[in-house]
Amino acid sequence: MRRTLVVIAFFVMLFGVWEALVRMKIWSPVLVPSPLSVASYLWSALKDGTLVRATVVTVRRLLIGYVLGLLFGLPLGLLTARFKFCEDTLGVIALAFQTLPSVCWVPLALLWFGQTEAAMLFVVIMGTLWSVVIATDNGVRTVPPIYARAARTMGSKRLHTWIKVIVPASLPFIVSGMKQGWAFAWRSLMAAEIYVTILSGFGLGYLLQAGRELQAMDQVIGIMLVIIVIGVLADKILFSPWERFLYRRWGTAKD
Amino acid sequence: MTIREELQNVPPEKLVVEGVSKWFRTRRATVHALDNVSLTIHEGEFVCLVGPSGCGKSTLLNIIAGLEIPDSGQVLADGKPVTGPGRERMMMFQESALFPWLDVIDNVMFGLKLKPNLTRKERREVAKYYLHLVGLEKFMRASIHELSGGMKQRVALARALAPNPRVLLMDEPFAALDALTREQLYGDIQRIWQERKKTIIFVTHNVREAACLGDRVVLFSPHPGRIQEKFQIDLPRPRDINSVDLAKHSTEIRGALKRHMNLDPTLAEVVG
Repeated sequence: MRRTLVVIAFFVMLFGVWEALVRMKIWSPVLVPSPLSVASYLWSALKDGTLVRATVVTVRRLLIGYVLGLLFGLPLGLLTARFKFCEDTLGVIALAFQTLPSVCWVPLALLWFGQTEAAMLFVVIMGTLWSVVIATDNGVRTVPPIYARAARTMGSKRLHTWIKVIVPASLPFIVSGMKQGWAFAWRSLMAAEIYVTILSGFGLGYLLQAGRELQAMDQVIGIMLVIIVIGVLADKILFSPWERFLYRRWGTAKD
Repeated sequence: MTIREELQNVPPEKLVVEGVSKWFRTRRATVHALDNVSLTIHEGEFVCLVGPSGCGKSTLLNIIAGLEIPDSGQVLADGKPVTGPGRERMMMFQESALFPWLDVIDNVMFGLKLKPNLTRKERREVAKYYLHLVGLEKFMRASIHELSGGMKQRVALARALAPNPRVLLMDEPFAALDALTREQLYGDIQRIWQERKKTIIFVTHNVREAACLGDRVVLFSPHPGRIQEKFQIDLPRPRDINSVDLAKHSTEIRGALKRHMNLDPTLAEVVG
């Protein structure tokens, strides 16, 4: 409770200082808008629906691409951990592509798919996939062999052992891979949306870029705030439950 | 069956190890882990396998469990050759091997879920019964990392007992515990063995522990792993690890162990 008050007080103070600095007219209001004008931009964008529409477009791209990345990444990671052949082929590719900053997929995606949703999905999937593959692979390799042996004596067989023992035993690694994949996907999607206009839907990145073109600093800062809020919410909604579970069961430190 | 066994009303043969040999091949060397080992274990018997590390006793246990395949010879369980792991023979390891992603009761239920013809409710009841038997029913919702070493081994014992196997295979299950906890568990395991009428094969390198728990102690020597001697321990139960009668037996076994080790001077320091 006290900590919540500290956080609230800190932000109230921060906005207060910001407003005060703007009123002292040290910088041009074009470059540093007041928090009130940012708020009034957000309010009007909210009222006319642009903000909600853009958020929906962006979050939908992110979620669909991310889920697809997970759905492919998890089994592929299991394959590279299980079969030498997959490790030597797919595993090498995954390692190579994971070192590639996922923004670098944007030009290729645009050439392949044009300025379409598919291009955006592709970028998000590439951001997610390799991190998840590598984390799953690592996770499976660190599972103590005694777990599988114990499961076998209790009557667990191949597929059952994989689903009920190997995958849950790798969860700490898989969750951190999911987090990393999310971060990569989110950053590369923003880059892609700023970089090109996708005619099928204007996302938050487009609004940000439009703000720059209109020299509307209140819009730029307002959209940045929205992007931050989405990032924080995603962390809370998508990952906090997992991390609480890992903390409760494994007794590992919360980070 | 000999006349002596007939007259003594010896229970049926539960496990028969017939001429089992096993080699482990690594890139650098081949280790002869077991050399033509034969052993018969009767229904309801508590047999301890003792010997220094490297004598193949754990390997033999793994072969009986069906986790390893012998290079020659075979193991018969109730007259049928063992070809893989089975619920009839449950294994307990030195590390508890409990699953950290499950709580205590879900760990105990893991093997039960693989047993057909049990409803959810029945599985819970069975799991609770065994948790009660090891004195941990209050901890059924605890996470594994919250338990002490002794509690973990108790949960592992409950998990091994839950599918109601006839045979329990225990691979140095108390080796990593402190002396006090171990003594409690000696009492528990003897009580449960008598109550639940199990056949137990218990691997240890602690001679006194073997003499305390076993109806019979089977002494192994290493390189290659062979059975050297068998000792019958006819002491009333429950036995106390600190009792004087027990000391007599364990001294005898320790003497035999040293004698066999001296034949192999490179290993003399292991016994100390």
